[in-house]
Amino acid sequence: MQPFALLLDTLTTTPSRNGKLALLTEYFRTTPDPDRGFALAALTDGLFPRLPLRRSLATLLETRVDPVLYALSRDYVGDTAETVALMWPETSLRDPAPRLSETVAAIATADPPQIAATLGHLLDRLDVRGRWALLKLVGGAPRVGVSARLAKTALAEMSGHDVSDIEEIWHALTPPYTDLFQWLDGKGARPDAGSTPVFRPLMLAHAIEEQDWTNFSPEEFAAEWKWDGIRVQIAAHGPHVRIFSRTGDDISRTFPDVVSAFEGLDALLDGELLVARRGVVAPFNDLQQRLNRKVVTGRMLKEHPAHVRLYDLLIDGKTDLRELPFRERRTSLETWHARHAPPLTDVSPLVPFASRAELDRLWSDARQEGIEGLMLKRWTSPYLSGRPRGHWFKWKRAALTLDCVLMYAQRGSGKRSSYYSDYTFGVWREIEEPTAEGAPRGDIYPGHELVPVGKAYSGMTDAELMEIDRFVRTHTVEQFGPVRAVEPRLVLEVAFDAIFPSARHKSGLAMRFPRIHRIRWDKPPHEADTLDAARRLMGGTAAGNPTSNPAKSLSE
Amino acid sequence: MPAAAVDRWLYPTDRGLYCEPAGVYIDPARAVDRAIITHGHSDHARPGHGAVLATPETIEVMKIRLGAEGAGRFEAAAVGRTTIINGVAIRLVPAGHILGSAQVVLECNGQRAVVSGDYKRSSDPTCAPFETIACDVFVTEATFALPVFRHEPATREVARLLASLRRNPDRAHLVGAYGLGKCQRVIRLARDAGYDAPIYLHGAHLAMTELYQRLGIDLGDIRPVPDVKPADLAGALVLCPPSAVDDRWSRRFPDPVTAFASGWMRIKGRVRQSGVELPLVISDHADWPELIETVLETGAEDVWVTHGREDALVYELTRRGLKARALALVGFEDEGE
Ligand SMILES: [Zn+2]
Ligand SMILES: [Zn+2]
Repeated sequence: MQPFALLLDTLTTTPSRNGKLALLTEYFRTTPDPDRGFALAALTDGLFPRLPLRRSLATLLETRVDPVLYALSRDYVGDTAETVALMWPETSLRDPAPRLSETVAAIATADPPQIAATLGHLLDRLDVRGRWALLKLVGGAPRVGVSARLAKTALAEMSGHDVSDIEEIWHALTPPYTDLFQWLDGKGARPDAGSTPVFRPLMLAHAIEEQDWTNFSPEEFAAEWKWDGIRVQIAAHGPHVRIFSRTGDDISRTFPDVVSAFEGLDALLDGELLVARRGVVAPFNDLQQRLNRKVVTGRMLKEHPAHVRLYDLLIDGKTDLRELPFRERRTSLETWHARHAPPLTDVSPLVPFASRAELDRLWSDARQEGIEGLMLKRWTSPYLSGRPRGHWFKWKRAALTLDCVLMYAQRGSGKRSSYYSDYTFGVWREIEEPTAEGAPRGDIYPGHELVPVGKAYSGMTDAELMEIDRFVRTHTVEQFGPVRAVEPRLVLEVAFDAIFPSARHKSGLAMRFPRIHRIRWDKPPHEADTLDAARRLMGGTAAGNPTSNPAKSLSE
Repeated sequence: MPAAAVDRWLYPTDRGLYCEPAGVYIDPARAVDRAIITHGHSDHARPGHGAVLATPETIEVMKIRLGAEGAGRFEAAAVGRTTIINGVAIRLVPAGHILGSAQVVLECNGQRAVVSGDYKRSSDPTCAPFETIACDVFVTEATFALPVFRHEPATREVARLLASLRRNPDRAHLVGAYGLGKCQRVIRLARDAGYDAPIYLHGAHLAMTELYQRLGIDLGDIRPVPDVKPADLAGALVLCPPSAVDDRWSRRFPDPVTAFASGWMRIKGRVRQSGVELPLVISDHADWPELIETVLETGAEDVWVTHGREDALVYELTRRGLKARALALVGFEDEGE
């Protein structure tokens, strides 16, 4: 338990991905089975189903901790698990700390009424770091900035195997993954994925670049719409159906409606998960609502119905189609879908075109909700995991942009911790009822105030980062911890993929993938965009029509 | 001895704790004619007093921080020696907080009060250890007076720092530490743990560290951080003010490991706020068990709690049957720790 606690604790203060990777690799290399397998489970999926932790803790505290001191401490610390870990009484004679595997076994086998007592005994044997780790462990997946993908990458680094080889068998394995570690250590055979639904790493596209067009011939490529949802892989084996995200995360529990649509079938499919109402694709934000929920309510299912738009058929029954050219797989997909027609699905239509000019027209007219751009797939390409060059291209619809005014800047983390690198920006809104205090600060744009529309921390070059940093330091009007409010003088051209209604910002709008496109040192702040202009971009107006669009758009 | 009447000759005022018959204030928040200063930290040792009574070390510290004109007159009182002012016997005894830090023992009318100033009980190779004095009234600090504060042994934390230096031989380690006490304690502990490479200091920490060395605390090879971007600082141990860790100053170090040595690093929220990679729980103040243990050891019937989180400590001492109350002293802020 102590090495695991040290790992968790160190991960929370290690900002860089490489630093985290080094810690994980070292831990997996030096920790014995089955402890490392349980740690892997804790970091990827969470070890325990939700335990009645709150109630157990309350029971425990009554007997061990003074309620007034607890309340004062909880108030100061701000986190229940941490408060309990910190103030848990320590005895000088402590039983040796339990191993992680022992901890897991004790909790997993305790009857629900016994959980409080079991936890108490374990806490008595641990030091402060161990207590904190234990309480985080039973509270669900500990948030230490480690994705399942990163954990698997550490396993790959440790063993020299390819991370996709690990991902392919991942979903056939269960904690504490002893067979997996045997194989990784070179002491056992690769575990057999067998008949359990497994994830096969997806084939990904490159963003199309200028040079890709030079040898482009229309008859070599199929075009499809690029739908604005999330890429998924559906693995169905009779009663066992799994839905995997692009990175191999199992999201089946979040989409029980899709799971039941595929029950009884035997196939591996590639598609886009969307929310669609009567065949009309809803904005990405609607899908986001569902992705955010671990528990799906009936109302959620009704109001945000899932839909899968299929792109590809990888395995049909016992037949692996991945070696076949796209043209053949596409025919198989259409035949397969006509035969089985699972509910909540359709096949993403091909977009016919005869020339580059026609394709250009299709791309620039793509303004329908839910379309992110075009996909170009070589008719002869097999299905290749990863991101192979020259096979699939994505041609994203031009990004939208708004000229926004920098309002707040926050220091970054890691290498950027001495720079103000996270920016909150806003657009102008007319003040409805001018207050007695008069115009907002700065008098930049009389009768108008700024309302935040988004936050971005990427897109600028290192040189630009330094320039903005200097601006922030010399135009600070107020400072709260790592955040500075600045004079509203700097115009940032912000690019984003979409803008939609949201309660997150005062403006009632939020952006998808905002990034700093350009610094407009030349632009007077009162000429930045207005809230009305921002609202007009809702619904995803596409590029190529600047006359009807007050804000500009740009091609990526 | 009845503690009840102590507050007739020792009581808080808006300038600070005042001993009326002696006419002296202890660590006053504003300029006064006559002050006793427990130690050199800025929230205790303020400028402009007429006469200052303090340990010789504290006077040296004050001269560096405030200049030789920082007080009208400095009177050095050796630790343990009694000075009588208008019938009040005054004595300074070690508080174990930083070099020169002292508790003030006051005796009047057959009663004894001890004003602790800031103190700690864990060992510190850069200052004399805390001495317990039996008394009727004990005025205690309360910087870390919550049961969540139980400081790790400082030697263990410094061992973590040295282990990180070994693990990251190419990265400078930037340790934010307060310049008076904490900085020198970390250096000395690193030396005790066998670290004998040069240790680099931010300019703000130089004068005080040199004073420590002049006063007999051996800190080994100490060097100022050079102004240019020096390649040989890769893997070096560097101490600087906490505010400099993420300031422009730190950009001369490529990809440093940032650390902060403070008792507040026990709390993850504070660690997050500080943004450092390596939080070191090293405190120059008593933690919760030390506070309670110390109060009980003094045998005081009446405990005045000041300088921090009075509520929890007053509650706990009352629960244990002592008379305890918050002493509202003006001008004290969150301790720079
Ligand atoms: Zn102090
Ligand atoms: Zn203090």
